[in-house]
Amino acid sequence: MTRARSKKFNFPIGTELMKFTLFFGGALAASMLALPAFAQDASSAIPAGSVFVFNTLLFLIGGFLVMWMAAGFAMLEAGLVRTKNVSMQCTKNIALFSLAAIMFTLVGYNVLYPGDGNWLVENWVGNPSPKDIKLLDAEGNPTVSAGDGYSSGSDFIFQLMFCAATASIVSGTLAERIKLWPFMIFTAALTGLIYPIVASWQWGGGVLSQAGFSDFAGSTLVHSCGGWAALAGAILLGARSGKFKNGQVYPMPGSSMPLATLGTFILWLGWFGFNGGSQLALGSVSDADAVSQIFANTNIAASGGALAAMALTQILFRKVDLTMVLNGALAGLVSITAEPLAPTMIESMLIGAVGGVIVVFTVPLLDRLRIDDVVGAIPVHLFAGIWGTIAVAFNTQTEISEGVSRTVSEQVMVQLYGIGLVGLFTFGASFVLWLILKGIVGIRVSEEDEYIGLDAAEIGIEAYPEFGKGSQSL
Amino acid sequence: MKLIIAIIKPFKLEEVREALTQIGVQGLVVTEGKGFGRQSGHTEVYRGAEYAVTFVPKLKLELVVDDALVTQATEVIAASAKTGRIGDGKIFVLPVESAIRIRTGELGEAAL
Repeated sequence: MTRARSKKFNFPIGTELMKFTLFFGGALAASMLALPAFAQDASSAIPAGSVFVFNTLLFLIGGFLVMWMAAGFAMLEAGLVRTKNVSMQCTKNIALFSLAAIMFTLVGYNVLYPGDGNWLVENWVGNPSPKDIKLLDAEGNPTVSAGDGYSSGSDFIFQLMFCAATASIVSGTLAERIKLWPFMIFTAALTGLIYPIVASWQWGGGVLSQAGFSDFAGSTLVHSCGGWAALAGAILLGARSGKFKNGQVYPMPGSSMPLATLGTFILWLGWFGFNGGSQLALGSVSDADAVSQIFANTNIAASGGALAAMALTQILFRKVDLTMVLNGALAGLVSITAEPLAPTMIESMLIGAVGGVIVVFTVPLLDRLRIDDVVGAIPVHLFAGIWGTIAVAFNTQTEISEGVSRTVSEQVMVQLYGIGLVGLFTFGASFVLWLILKGIVGIRVSEEDEYIGLDAAEIGIEAYPEFGKGSQSL
Repeated sequence: MKLIIAIIKPFKLEEVREALTQIGVQGLVVTEGKGFGRQSGHTEVYRGAEYAVTFVPKLKLELVVDDALVTQATEVIAASAKTGRIGDGKIFVLPVESAIRIRTGELGEAAL
């Protein structure tokens, strides 16, 4: 089965080696067998077994770094909600992460990667079926060849983490007022179907990839997708009671700035796996260079976003707003995610800085629209994601035919097409699903439950029983 | 005996305490609180939204002193708590009928 996450993936050794289809019992045997093949290749050639191992290693390291982003989201959200909702926010984060793993295994993975002809609707919807993996046969030998490029288990775990990240985005926006179980039902649909369908259009070789759309690690496919789903939910759910009254905005300051800061740093760390791992290969000098460039670009984009937000809040609001600086760093990261390889570091810094500026202007904009986004996920993931996806066109123009690339403005149009298509489908599907849930079970807690806090009302575990207004404090 | 209640800016507490111990005051109680007076709050900005802080944090000091010490005590509180800017606080003086030290049973000014 072909599993090209993006068209960029090249098996670095070339096709001649594929013919050998080496089964290697041990790394040593593999490299010894591979050596003759390299004699005719370039001097920098690397044994097939080593390529396989390095590619797999990149997926595994990338996978656990992106997994750790779940911790980042949990801490960021715990810090930005009020103390009476912190336990619930933590509950939702571990629950959605676990549910994403199960839904992605049961249906999502095969929807995302229909391979050759396993589409339900050609190029639009993959065939939902469970993905099961057993990598070693009864004798303990690998069931794949070195020619496959990487271990399929490592690929699975890497792709799963992106699915989980998409769901994490939604929980922050809807915090402090959504019922737990309807949220879980939505998460199941998002991770099992909505996100995999969207991502299959590009990474599964569907309509967007055929249109020449370019989104390296998922500014649109992951971040905007989560952002659109969150926006649909926020509109139908309504604002937290007391947030907007008498034509005014009443801020509800978060419970813990240290937790929000820690969460942001964890996400920043995880992003090296998110973007770096999306190179999908580490088995050659050029791939190692690419991953390193991506790390450097990703880091400076976050720096640009954070400092742009810091300077702008000082100028506009007379004081630096830490929560916006944190959002700014994340917006910088989201902005560079669509193309973290092609820009120079200075360009990356500017792309990230624009993301930080977007946050500072769109957080108050959502307030004016009376859309209550508790953690700023819509500005960070949706708006900065759109910007990052458009910015791709300035550095990367996809080929129309052999040797002929699009112009910048043509590429901008293709990028807008992708943004629009993903937006239309994700927002539409999410809106309908939220609407159904609202009609059947209701998605919002009662006013009284909201007042006493979801910790006490829905799960009975307070985050801080001995502090503040906790039941065990004096 | 008189009860002195003083509302002061929180960061002035140490200066006031030092000034009072120097003139021989042997104890007081501090309570953290919030309120409004002519200072009547201010505005803050959180995530781009301006909001009013209507109650300002203050400290409430309560101390009971000899009649002979009252004037001096209120004077040193006023002097040490003063910044000259709005919101410096207020001092109230109330009569006290009796005082008892729980450990020894002493009464009146001996209990202070």
